[in-house]
Amino acid sequence: MNVRYLPYLLILPVTLFLCLFFIYPFVLVSQQAFSGPEGPTLEHFREVVSYWKFPISLQNTLLLAAVVVPIQLALSLLMATMVSRMGKGRDLVLYVWTIPLGISDLAAGIIWLAIFEQSGFLNSMLYGIGAVSEPVNFLSYQNPAIVFLAIVLAEVWRATAIMLVILVAGIGLIPKEYYEAAEVFGASPWKRFVKITLPLLRPSLQTALVLRVILAFEVFAVVAALGGTLFPVLMSETYAYQFDLLNSNAAAAMALIILGISIVSTIVILRALRVPKGARV
Amino acid sequence: MTYSRTLTGAVAGLALLMTGTVVSAETLFWSTQARPAEERQAMRDGVLDKFGSEVDYQPNENGPWLTRLQAELKANDGTIGLLGGLHGELAALSADDLVDLDTLGLSADSGTFNELAKLGAENMQYIPWMQASYIMAANKKALEHLPEGADINALTYDQLIEWAANVHEAEGRPKFGFPAGPKGLKHRFFQGYLYPSYTDGVVRTFASDKAVTAWEKFRELWEHTNPASTNFSFLQEQLLSEDVWIAFDHTSRLAQAFNERPDDFVAFPAPAGPEGRGFMPVLAGIAIPRTAPDMDAAKSLVAYLLEPETQIATLKATNFFPVVAVELPDDLPPAVKASGEAIAKMSSAPDANPGLLPAGLGDMGGDFNRVFVDTFERIVLAGQPIERVLEDQKRRLATIMERSGAPCWAPDAPSDGPCPVE
Repeated sequence: MNVRYLPYLLILPVTLFLCLFFIYPFVLVSQQAFSGPEGPTLEHFREVVSYWKFPISLQNTLLLAAVVVPIQLALSLLMATMVSRMGKGRDLVLYVWTIPLGISDLAAGIIWLAIFEQSGFLNSMLYGIGAVSEPVNFLSYQNPAIVFLAIVLAEVWRATAIMLVILVAGIGLIPKEYYEAAEVFGASPWKRFVKITLPLLRPSLQTALVLRVILAFEVFAVVAALGGTLFPVLMSETYAYQFDLLNSNAAAAMALIILGISIVSTIVILRALRVPKGARV
Repeated sequence: MTYSRTLTGAVAGLALLMTGTVVSAETLFWSTQARPAEERQAMRDGVLDKFGSEVDYQPNENGPWLTRLQAELKANDGTIGLLGGLHGELAALSADDLVDLDTLGLSADSGTFNELAKLGAENMQYIPWMQASYIMAANKKALEHLPEGADINALTYDQLIEWAANVHEAEGRPKFGFPAGPKGLKHRFFQGYLYPSYTDGVVRTFASDKAVTAWEKFRELWEHTNPASTNFSFLQEQLLSEDVWIAFDHTSRLAQAFNERPDDFVAFPAPAGPEGRGFMPVLAGIAIPRTAPDMDAAKSLVAYLLEPETQIATLKATNFFPVVAVELPDDLPPAVKASGEAIAKMSSAPDANPGLLPAGLGDMGGDFNRVFVDTFERIVLAGQPIERVLEDQKRRLATIMERSGAPCWAPDAPSDGPCPVE
């Protein structure tokens, strides 16, 4: 067989798979979002955007992403550098850190719910050491800040590892010679991190951030478990349209709005972290 | 890696096996009811095992339930033999997709239920299957705090508020529980209890002065409600953990408390307001989709489910009451006895003001519920001014009524055409 065609042949199955299970449903959803009883319409978009909870859920989603992603970025960079300098036990540490990745996000939400609940671990502990005289209800509508904090914690715990894995792989690709040269010239560890690791890690950072930010806009199960209806996000509204209101058109419109936000943020990240062609490793 | 591969293989094999069994003569009973594991098991082992042939009882959440059904209807090729669901869930289906069931000669004792089961069409689209209601339950420790002169079986909303306040004061924290969680049935409380009791209506009186009073009263009650109620969906859990001493919920969502500790709790009727003691039934029905693979098997299963013995077995399994006349045995679970008595007292009360389930809303039932849930969230949780919220939500409600064309139902006065929001 002609070797020139081999790569195309090899990616064919995946392309077909994506066309069938991604592009095709996507086309159907877009059709649904724009179709009304009298031809194409923007009515569904108007409907979902004018709902009183839409601005709140949009704000919550963006706020959550804006808080969670930088924390995760910093943490995963720190963890990745630590791991890359370890010899013995490196694999073990990596495995332990990536355990949360293996847990479904709903299960993660429930684990954190068990901690923050009125009869949860945190309350038992506080009560046990005498810090509170009776169990405190942390996750109530009266404490929106704590609900938010709990969701942030759960998200950081659950999804930092996905960035970590990508960054660890990226750091592994950086040639050791750069560090050796820097050491010869007496660069401090911080300087080496800022001048060598960070710039050469750009492609991995790009991937990690794009993935993470998109996931942040799709956050659902963790929020549902911890916040219930107290913390509406775009995805929970979409779910409500589809399954509570049986309004697939509005749900499709919401899905497209989330897609739009994801595309915009992806472009921003790709632009901001662009690696000039000549500088690629 | 090899381990996970073996696992994948095993799962795939299992999936194949399961699709294999679908082909056999089993009837798939696709239901939204009796979802908790124990109830599901009780349906399989206590109710359906005595039916002549095999029945595969598969309960599911409303969303997935509907998705699969619609997929089968669209494909014109089905595996679902029998549908089980609440009136509202079945009402969201098109009457053309359900088989007319008049020829079976089966019906409930209640004419109202049989009329509801027509879903606005000429013939019965589903057969009433079982019924329940919402009641109040309390921990016996709360009884000493009852306001003076108050009869627990004939409470008013004012007395309930005072009682909850007394408990709050004595215990140092609010102990009233309300199912305001994401899966809680709070909207039914507003539609079937608060509004009828205060305004003698639901739709017409939605934004009336009386409705303003009703919400003011509810706000007062909320002062003494456990703020974690926004996470409560099955009050039996909070009754058992004693986070809550007085609660309102669906009978089957209180059942576990009575069954586990029958001596610790009492069941009693919902309170009364100025317009009487509003309350509302819950009705579940069974229907056959037009794509059912074996029509005869499905029909004989419907007939079997309506037999008195099956209805009693269903009551034991699900805490939902029979819809046909039956002689109740003595060995019923404590929850059934307690809630049965409370419902009887509620419906025979001199000031009873029974409401009906929303009818004629079609697939806008969810939107209708959302109006009440949103009103609650805005008035009670967000503390927005009552009049403004009601004026605002009123427009949404009016649009829903016009679009669905649903006429008024009790306790609203009858209407020609869509029920108006006054």
